[in-house]
Amino acid sequence: MMKAKKKPTKRSPSKPGVAVLVATRKGAWIYRSDAARRAWKTSGPHFLGHIINHMVLDPRDGRTLLAAAKTGHLGPTVFRSTDLGKSWKEAAKPPAFAKSPEGMRDRSVDHTFWLTPAHANEPNVWYAGTSPQGLFRSEDGGVTWAPFSSFHDDPIFREWFGSEQDGTPDGPKLHSILIDPRDANHLYFAMSGGGVHETRDKGKTWTPLVKGLEVVEGFDASNIAFHDPHCVRMTSDPDRLWQQNHCGIYRLDRPSTEWVRVGKAMPKKVGDVGLPMTVHPRDPDTAWVFPMDGGGVWPRTSPDGIAGAFVTRNAGKSWKRLSSGMPEGQVWWTVKRQAMAADKGDPVGIYYGTTSGEVWASRNEGEKWGVLARHLPEIYAVETAEIG
Amino acid sequence: MKVLIPTPLRSYTRQRQVEAEGVTVGALLADLDRQYPGIRFRMVDEHDRMRRHMRLFVNGEQVFDLTRPLKATDDIAIVQALSGG
Repeated sequence: MMKAKKKPTKRSPSKPGVAVLVATRKGAWIYRSDAARRAWKTSGPHFLGHIINHMVLDPRDGRTLLAAAKTGHLGPTVFRSTDLGKSWKEAAKPPAFAKSPEGMRDRSVDHTFWLTPAHANEPNVWYAGTSPQGLFRSEDGGVTWAPFSSFHDDPIFREWFGSEQDGTPDGPKLHSILIDPRDANHLYFAMSGGGVHETRDKGKTWTPLVKGLEVVEGFDASNIAFHDPHCVRMTSDPDRLWQQNHCGIYRLDRPSTEWVRVGKAMPKKVGDVGLPMTVHPRDPDTAWVFPMDGGGVWPRTSPDGIAGAFVTRNAGKSWKRLSSGMPEGQVWWTVKRQAMAADKGDPVGIYYGTTSGEVWASRNEGEKWGVLARHLPEIYAVETAEIG
Repeated sequence: MKVLIPTPLRSYTRQRQVEAEGVTVGALLADLDRQYPGIRFRMVDEHDRMRRHMRLFVNGEQVFDLTRPLKATDDIAIVQALSGG
């Protein structure tokens, strides 16, 4: 357990502190620390009993915090705070699908799954991904949301969306909304299932980006519907993307459109199946994953009951296990696709939340781990933010 | 008319029972949303379908149709059909 020191750590006033934003099946928690990341203050639970799929602080203003919420029985909504969770206000118009054209089935948002602040030149603009797969945009800091782009009712996309049975156990999802910092019109998103897609004209047209990606044996890789990206990340070099897929770990270097399976370099006994992935804030060659058991009936637990993050520092040529401080065996949890994050510190802090309700943290890029919090509900998402 | 509010929605109303108006169920829900912004979407989806676990009773009769006419003397109960363990 990471404990508070008696004396506060000296730090430069220029170094921002860190907030770790934890979204769970039954509420949200916020952990705050200074740049040393040794002592943490807890706030929460926020929205006790609500399913919080994602909670994100806007890095552009450092104050707008959005949380995607629903309960087991009530419909989905988005809550908004501008004081780091001291007070919350509900969105006036949460993400909701428009009525579909005649002859096409109307879809309803079950939950908002993913939140992404937009380009730096578009203050107050956010994007949201939902289950079932939908992409929404807010231009007022999350107060009102509208469907973004026309693909919701595109017959081809409808085929790629598949049915409720084709998605994750918790429903099909649109996630990994990425914005090119050089061009606000250039975006990516991913769908489980339904592949990775790219637009260069701010959502007017979208192109699938699945070349090189494998699909489950017996399925046709040319069918976009069968592609299941679990988590896609953009690095500090926006031409490099990383992906943890249902079928391995991949890297893409634009302008190429072909993903390269770099997970083959993972230890054979561990494999390269997993849900989350996070990247270094300054080094595009460095990325972390947290593998899980994707064999047999897909237990979605640590392989052989042995927990461990893995890092590559050479663009996927090799991977190193990082598990110092973690339990040595009998570990049967895993880490969901949104539940692993890096901060911007130097060295980088890495955080992950488990399906058994523990938050693990490393101040040194994964070399040594400690528990930041335990006994939480099942953790759905972990994000970091710089705070003053 | 009087409307009974279930506990999961009392974060909006802060009361067990509230007053609302409407000549139909849909109008009643719109009036509730005017008084307590956001409450309607938690109960009814974007295509006016009652959410899976929400139930609305008019004088003890279960109603799913938002066009169902209402009288000022009707007794409304919104109930959350809890399910699972």
